Amino acid sequence: MPDDLERRVMSVIAATQHIPADTVTIDSTFEELKIDSLDGINILFAVENEFDISIPDESAQTIRTVRQMTEGIRKLIDERGGEAGVPVSV
Amino acid sequence: MGMRRVVITGVGVISALGCKRQSFWEALIAGRPGIHPIQGVDRSLIRFQYGAEVRNYDPLLHFDEREASLLDRFAQFGVVAAREAIADSGIEFTPELKERTAIVTGSCAGGQATEDEGFVNLYKNSVPRVNPFTIPRIMANGAASRISLEQGITGPTYTVATACSSSNHAIGQAFWMIRNGLVDAAVTGGSEAIFSLGFLKAWEAMRVVSPDTCRPFSKDRRGLILGEGGAMLILETLELARGRGAKIYAEVAGFGMSSDAYHITQPSAEGAARAIRLAMSDGGISPEQIGYINAHGTATPANDSTETQAIRKSLGSQAEHVAVSSTKSMHGHALGAAGAIEAVATVLAMHCGVLPPTANYTIPDPACDLDIIPNIARPCEVECALSNSFAFGGLNAVLAFRKLS
Repeated sequence: MPDDLERRVMSVIAATQHIPADTVTIDSTFEELKIDSLDGINILFAVENEFDISIPDESAQTIRTVRQMTEGIRKLIDERGGEAGVPVSV
Repeated sequence: MGMRRVVITGVGVISALGCKRQSFWEALIAGRPGIHPIQGVDRSLIRFQYGAEVRNYDPLLHFDEREASLLDRFAQFGVVAAREAIADSGIEFTPELKERTAIVTGSCAGGQATEDEGFVNLYKNSVPRVNPFTIPRIMANGAASRISLEQGITGPTYTVATACSSSNHAIGQAFWMIRNGLVDAAVTGGSEAIFSLGFLKAWEAMRVVSPDTCRPFSKDRRGLILGEGGAMLILETLELARGRGAKIYAEVAGFGMSSDAYHITQPSAEGAARAIRLAMSDGGISPEQIGYINAHGTATPANDSTETQAIRKSLGSQAEHVAVSSTKSMHGHALGAAGAIEAVATVLAMHCGVLPPTANYTIPDPACDLDIIPNIARPCEVECALSNSFAFGGLNAVLAFRKLS
């Protein structure tokens, strides 16, 4: 079962891509979800807002899967002290 | 009437490499970038830190206070460059010629800094009124209209906005209007001034701006460096130029444009190659005549490898011999002014017989395996040259120049 963070990330991706939530799994690749480079930066924008974090450009460039994105976000939240944050905008 | 030939008799440029043509050229052939920590915006509010700004620019050296208050920085750059180009050409706008001269400029963002400032006051500072000069300052034709007013030029005057291809499209339009007999001369180019917080934050979100410098075609390139400035060229018929004994930098030989119909931000080698082929065929030029290409060369991972493929597709075996450089490595990516600044770089290179280098180059990239003139300018006479512009939105515009013997 996906944990809370994973569920939130998948939910943001589905909403940003305008696709049904059940099409996004933790093992989905961006390619499978038809996420191109422009969609990718839009998702980064959305998750930065969702978790109130800042994702550096160079680590962003290496993300190819939902799992990689979730682990990257988890690391940034842990570095900040474990608070998952609240959305800074809607 | 046979096809009229069109030549460049004057150029003006203001950029991160200085406020004059001479400083621009000296920096280009020295391989000296104008890329520095951004001064115009609080850097603590943005992720990237470097830009290619016009430094030490004092509007009041060029305009009185009333004129300056009516012109956004981008429009001022266009006017400053136009004045330099007109003076350089020595052209005299007689009453007849004023009606037979076009002004075609390019700008991507127009007076967005004025907009940014006015709307901060409205939304954030709760100032209920917006400056009445806001509209004339933000209009993208601000430079074109001001040049018309102060020179008394009354021919076709307009502005083209096609993102990073804006001023190549503008110059191409001016060239074709002269060649086809609609007008006899043109002031054409482009200008841009994009260092406002709102605009830089928008570029930050695109995640294509380099954290350090601009390294086109280098394996370790990390993105583009934003720039600003203006450049203008005086185009006229060969007959007019010869008749008045004008200095001729080069002939505008051909223009080609295409749309990728592929993706809103990702480039396509085929679309770019088609614009290159069209520019050559429009000018009656074969690939073997092309000695130099001023590349679009933004230093994003996607552009430089795609542009390399486009050059290979369009030039065939000549791609092994052509010298290519990206002067954006020095003056940054001035968006709607980029094509004009690079057209000036290209024709100065042809005129002086020295090709500007690709600065900041460190590591060869097999995906960009062209002769990219790394770091050091190269003395070289070329017969013909191309200047590429490929815009977001998939819009490609390529100019071809020929040296007159």
